[in-house]
Amino acid sequence: MARPAARRSRVIQVTNYPLDWLEERSGLVGGVKYFLFRKVPSDIGWWHTLGSATLTAFLVQALTGVILAMYYKPDPDSAYDSIQRITNEITLGWLVRGMHRWGASVFIILMFFHMARVFLFSAYRYPRELNWIIGVLILATGMFEGFTGYLLPWDQTAYWASVVGININGTAPVAGPLLAQFLRGGSEIGADTLPRFYSLHMLLIPGALFALIGLHLYLVVRLGVSTNPWTKDEEPPSARPGGRSGLTRPAARGVTK
Amino acid sequence: MEPNRHDEPHQPGASLWPIGFAIGIVGVLVGLIVSWPAVAVGAAIAVFCGFMWVRDAGSGYRDVIVHEPERRAAPPRGPAPPATDGRDAMPVMSDEEIERFPRSRFLEASTLGLGALIGGIVTVPVLGFMVVPAFVDQDEKDINLGPLENFPEGQYQIATFFTDPEAGEVSRRTAFVRNNGLTKDGVPSCTIISNRCAHLGCPVQPGGPVADEDAKKVNEGQSDEVTIIPTQPANFSCPCHGGSYDTEGNRIAGPPVRGLDRYEFALRNGDLVLIDTYSVSRVEGTGAEAEIHKYRLAGPGEHVDGLESLLYPIQAPH
Repeated sequence: MARPAARRSRVIQVTNYPLDWLEERSGLVGGVKYFLFRKVPSDIGWWHTLGSATLTAFLVQALTGVILAMYYKPDPDSAYDSIQRITNEITLGWLVRGMHRWGASVFIILMFFHMARVFLFSAYRYPRELNWIIGVLILATGMFEGFTGYLLPWDQTAYWASVVGININGTAPVAGPLLAQFLRGGSEIGADTLPRFYSLHMLLIPGALFALIGLHLYLVVRLGVSTNPWTKDEEPPSARPGGRSGLTRPAARGVTK
Repeated sequence: MEPNRHDEPHQPGASLWPIGFAIGIVGVLVGLIVSWPAVAVGAAIAVFCGFMWVRDAGSGYRDVIVHEPERRAAPPRGPAPPATDGRDAMPVMSDEEIERFPRSRFLEASTLGLGALIGGIVTVPVLGFMVVPAFVDQDEKDINLGPLENFPEGQYQIATFFTDPEAGEVSRRTAFVRNNGLTKDGVPSCTIISNRCAHLGCPVQPGGPVADEDAKKVNEGQSDEVTIIPTQPANFSCPCHGGSYDTEGNRIAGPPVRGLDRYEFALRNGDLVLIDTYSVSRVEGTGAEAEIHKYRLAGPGEHVDGLESLLYPIQAPH
């Protein structure tokens, strides 16, 4: 039956036309395929999903945060009231604020789980040391997000916890007093402190996080996923000419055996 | 065949100038807090050492480029190909005349340099806008707590006031004020203790009855309202981490590293005026006869005396 087959191939062609159009002009389809359909070791399992879980938690934070910013007012006189309005009055506000609030903890906890997995599986070893370092920077930046976000509800807990947090920074040797002054935006917590934390929380630090996560993923794609420590797969030949035999599997991009 | 060294990775030689450069930068930063002439000196050191560093680092690039000798038969030495108007289009260059610093490298350097300059012109003021306002104009206004009669002798009052009435509620601060009467020399004496815990800055509470029903207001309803509430504290203690102080502000228990900060005061037309804050390591004696070990205001958690105070050589301007 040649005719249905021919028709089907034509349907496929028509359906794929937009994608082909895009691919021809940008290579984006191939790029996405390259990113998503990578070769991974045959015996990895759920433990290796913690990184993408963390990424998902971060994206949830980014999305809910952007929308909360549409209703939140970073001003000492109205911040608390705007939070009350988001929680109690605006439709679904309680849900989005709750997602952002609890999602913050989920993000931090998942980062630690992911880090524990990488540590216990020795996945930080050659050639992935740099990705561990970037991961540590992401952890520190993520914690800073938590610190700056905690002030924003502008209630008693938020205020005094931030006072204590800033003053803990202030007790660092030599640079501490300057750091605390920078965080407060002055010698005392004042009208500028809240907007300052808000700007750090929603613009500066997320920008840094996006950049660091981009680097982190780039290295994951470039170096491949490491195996389990108990793997029975054969040790592959060294991925880099002249490099030690490492855990890189499959071979890094652009290297022929 | 001579290798072209400029195609190989270039490893700059060891140089000591970066150290001088760093010292200059430190000089600028310290100078920002200490004095403007120090900034100028630091900047001069940084510029000089930075220049020498760049010179050092670039020294490898200033070597003479070795050209491979030409082995092909030389073309006949004649006039260059004629251009349309009948004269030579280009002069013939001998080997000595060939550029050692080609235009392409000049263009490359000037593109990078101009880019960095433009980037710097845009970025530096913006970063300054982020950082500098936190460090300048930090002088606090004097705070008028109203007539001294509101502070009966020998009794603590909780005074709540605004350090910056325009900023509103966020500038609300509290002090514990005790009028000590006159000293031996006949000078008025007040003990005015800040409620900022010397551990990490939580609000210290009086340990004793607080007579809310006897609260007095000065400038009631205005932006510089002062509330005065009598109290009889046996001590002061902090709700956050349990720091505890006696009625002179000396630490008696818990994590604080020193005593409570105090306010300097003045009497103006019979009004009690708070002027400045200072830190206290400890107080010997009580009331008007107390001997106060006084230091420049430090942040909570910072030692003001002993070895640990060396950890905090720089205090941000208050």
